[in-house]
Amino acid sequence: MGLRVENLRVYYRTLRGYVRALEGATFSVADGEIMGLAGESGCGKTTLGHSLIYLKPPMTYIEGRVFLDGREVPIWDMKRMNEFRFRRISIIPQYAMNALNPTRKIGRMIAELLAAHNVDFNEILPELKRRLDLVQLSHDVLNMYPIELSGGMRQRVVMVISTLLNPSLLIADEITSALDVSTQKAVCEMIVEFRNRGFVRSTIFITHDISILYQIADTIAVMYAGQMAEKAPTEVILRSPRHPYTRMLIASLPRVGARYRQERLHGIPGAPPRLLDPPPGCRFRDRCPVAFERCQETPPFVEVEPGHFIACWREI
Amino acid sequence: MRAGIRHEFLYFALRNAKLRVGLSILLLFIVAALIGPLFARYDPNAYVGPPAHPPSPEYWFGTTTFGQDVYSQFAHGLRSTFVVGLIGGGIGTLLGILIGLVAGYRGGLLDEILNMFTNIVLILPTLAVLIIIAAYLTVRGILVESIFIGCTAWPWAARAIRAQTFSLRAREFVDLARMSGRSSLKIMLTEIAPNMMSYLFMTFILQFGGAILNAATLDFIGLGPTQGMSLGLMMNNAVLWAALQLGMWWWLIPPGAAITAIVGALYVMNVGLDEVFNPKLREL
Amino acid sequence: MGRYLGRKLLIYLLTFFFAVTIDWLIPRLMPGNPVDTMIARMALRADVAEVLRSYYIRAFQLDLPLWQQYLNFWIALFRGDLGVSTWLFPQPVIAVIYRAVPYDLLLLLPAILLSWIAGNQVGAMAARVRWLDNTILPLGYILTATPYMWLALLLAWALGHVAGLFPIAGAYSFNIRPHLSWLFIQDLLWHWFLPFTSLFLVMFGGWAIGMRNMIIYELEADYSRYLEALGAPQRLIRKYAFRNAMLPQITGLALQLGAIVAGALATEIVFAYPGTGYLILQAVQNQDYFLLQGCFLFIITGVLLANFIIDIIYALVDPRTRLGMTGE
Repeated sequence: MGLRVENLRVYYRTLRGYVRALEGATFSVADGEIMGLAGESGCGKTTLGHSLIYLKPPMTYIEGRVFLDGREVPIWDMKRMNEFRFRRISIIPQYAMNALNPTRKIGRMIAELLAAHNVDFNEILPELKRRLDLVQLSHDVLNMYPIELSGGMRQRVVMVISTLLNPSLLIADEITSALDVSTQKAVCEMIVEFRNRGFVRSTIFITHDISILYQIADTIAVMYAGQMAEKAPTEVILRSPRHPYTRMLIASLPRVGARYRQERLHGIPGAPPRLLDPPPGCRFRDRCPVAFERCQETPPFVEVEPGHFIACWREI
Repeated sequence: MRAGIRHEFLYFALRNAKLRVGLSILLLFIVAALIGPLFARYDPNAYVGPPAHPPSPEYWFGTTTFGQDVYSQFAHGLRSTFVVGLIGGGIGTLLGILIGLVAGYRGGLLDEILNMFTNIVLILPTLAVLIIIAAYLTVRGILVESIFIGCTAWPWAARAIRAQTFSLRAREFVDLARMSGRSSLKIMLTEIAPNMMSYLFMTFILQFGGAILNAATLDFIGLGPTQGMSLGLMMNNAVLWAALQLGMWWWLIPPGAAITAIVGALYVMNVGLDEVFNPKLREL
Repeated sequence: MGRYLGRKLLIYLLTFFFAVTIDWLIPRLMPGNPVDTMIARMALRADVAEVLRSYYIRAFQLDLPLWQQYLNFWIALFRGDLGVSTWLFPQPVIAVIYRAVPYDLLLLLPAILLSWIAGNQVGAMAARVRWLDNTILPLGYILTATPYMWLALLLAWALGHVAGLFPIAGAYSFNIRPHLSWLFIQDLLWHWFLPFTSLFLVMFGGWAIGMRNMIIYELEADYSRYLEALGAPQRLIRKYAFRNAMLPQITGLALQLGAIVAGALATEIVFAYPGTGYLILQAVQNQDYFLLQGCFLFIITGVLLANFIIDIIYALVDPRTRLGMTGE
């Protein structure tokens, strides 16, 4: 059944008014699909990821609906969401290396977290140990404090914890950003492995580094300034992108599959609009080489081919 | 851009209730300290009226056991309180900045030594040291008292500023300045210090309040100024001459109330400033 | 953990060395001959002055070379010889201080521990309950800004003089001799209540504010956000935040000791409570310099000792220092 998001609109409340960080996102992620979510920093991809699990002020829910396995997810309701968090929707946060309580032994922390969800630690312990083996961690880490582990080890512990209850949806938020290339690869392989073994069903893999997605993602969604620009199978996005922004983004990579960092994305002239008071219509308009009058209106996100969605008046 | 940032600070500063309340109380007492003594009709130490007289139109705050005018003492004591705060707090802040900046920027052995020294002075109970120094000084003025208070109060400021300097030292603009061959002193004063101006200002406010409290305790023990008047000295005299047993509340209450109000206003202002300077703490 | 405590111990030894040196140096730094200055200020009868002068000259050993004076000072110190009190001549200073110690402990230990515990609890509650926060925060700022002696004076005046509920001077009634009986203990506690309460209240304000701010900071920390995202109940998150916020509060206790001791001295003076603070007042008024210097060394030693005890507790509580992961 997977995840279905309809017209999701989430703003940030600030003193000067709303920052329109996420403007009407509509997409779905199928069972077993790893969807890469890419875009420049500040494009709303992290807002999207967080709003699916933990929509906390100053983030403000405006409208839209979310369905997971056919059931509506009340993302606007902090209390009712607790029933979904961890069990059905889980997250590996960007700050995974610091996500563990420094003054609790890891095993005890896991036990306390599980107890809060009415899961017996001892019952799940054999599975926990199997998964630690899978990410090549010794079982001893359960008896250690986070400070005794390296940053990479802590991240792997968090990956195991987050997926321990086999959630339907996993949000991996920029988990490779702070890593060196070889560790990046290992982490990506683990995400794929988790999916293959059925620990998680759908995965949203948020990153600003498109080249990483080539290795693991089944589909790629590209966001620009709070709006969905394009979503398609990975091959399609990389070989024949159709949205002008995606095209420029892909073109700015020297060669498909090469690892290049964010700096390259600045190869597109101009800067994204301020989201405090964005101009109406397509937000890429000012930087777009092919913009015309129609772009004053917001383009819909439509399926032009099976599985290929685009929000651009030129391509519809 | 900078003007914009300054404008933004002003905007938040004016909207911040804590800052407004603290600043109002502080200004009230500053004005009282400036013009209060002008209305005092008597010398604070002269015996001018009936002993132990409660407040009256003639003696606004009553008189002491010896017939000194409590209002005159209070007004002059308020002045010395601000003098101690300004000079003691100022010296404490300057020493803290100097030692913290040098230790944080230079690092290495110099940092080790300065840090060790800071830790030692930090552990020493300030008041005990001040007691020993003050006891052996035959003549003590408010100025000398303030200087000694400032000289013992700097360690925590130095520690905090050292930590701040550490984090700023690694930033690009400092690197750039260093590569362009500017001297360390110049970099410290033109690149690092201005970037923690808000922090230094808040340090000064806390040092100001701390100096006032320290001076009050020292004066209360009887090691305050041998000439002149201070709020702590008033409390010291009140206790020595049985104001408590005689129920002379007009002598007991005003000095401490003023200190509490001033120091409290400073603390509240500091919290307000923190909210203004630190966008994370601003209430939305 | 050994390295951590070793480093701390080194700093405390250096501090002690530094303090003793100050203690020795200051009388000798002052202009003129300290003995003449002291005698002149005491305004004594001629024969008494002569006895004291000869005692002081012997005690200060001003005729010896400086290094010898300094060395002898240390030797005397290790023998427990802090000189003779002139106020209570000819009692040795150490005996005078020794008599005051029980009263200091009686006042300070419960006041520090109880205010710390209560302040932490209430501060943590304030971080959660809005109305409590709105009361505790202003109240806490007023309390921390209050000079210890002033709150003591207020309580003594209101509850002692006006209401007549508690005595306002001494550690026990004049007509009772210290002995072990229910009557004496009752009397002792009755005299103890006001000085204890005033110390407790001022400290309480500081701890409550500190804890409240630390908890709010900890609730923003990454581990709290992670737990929240995984749907952990607020109870668990707050429990973790509280435990982590305790650590800086323990360090804060060590850092505050100096100020607390100063407050205790002032409070003892208000209530004529026969601890070290009261001794200092007497020493200042009677120009008893050896007693003053003795009190100084006693306070320093006490504070250093307390610091070290706190360090040991901290090292036991914080896994990071226990595992030797942090240097500081």
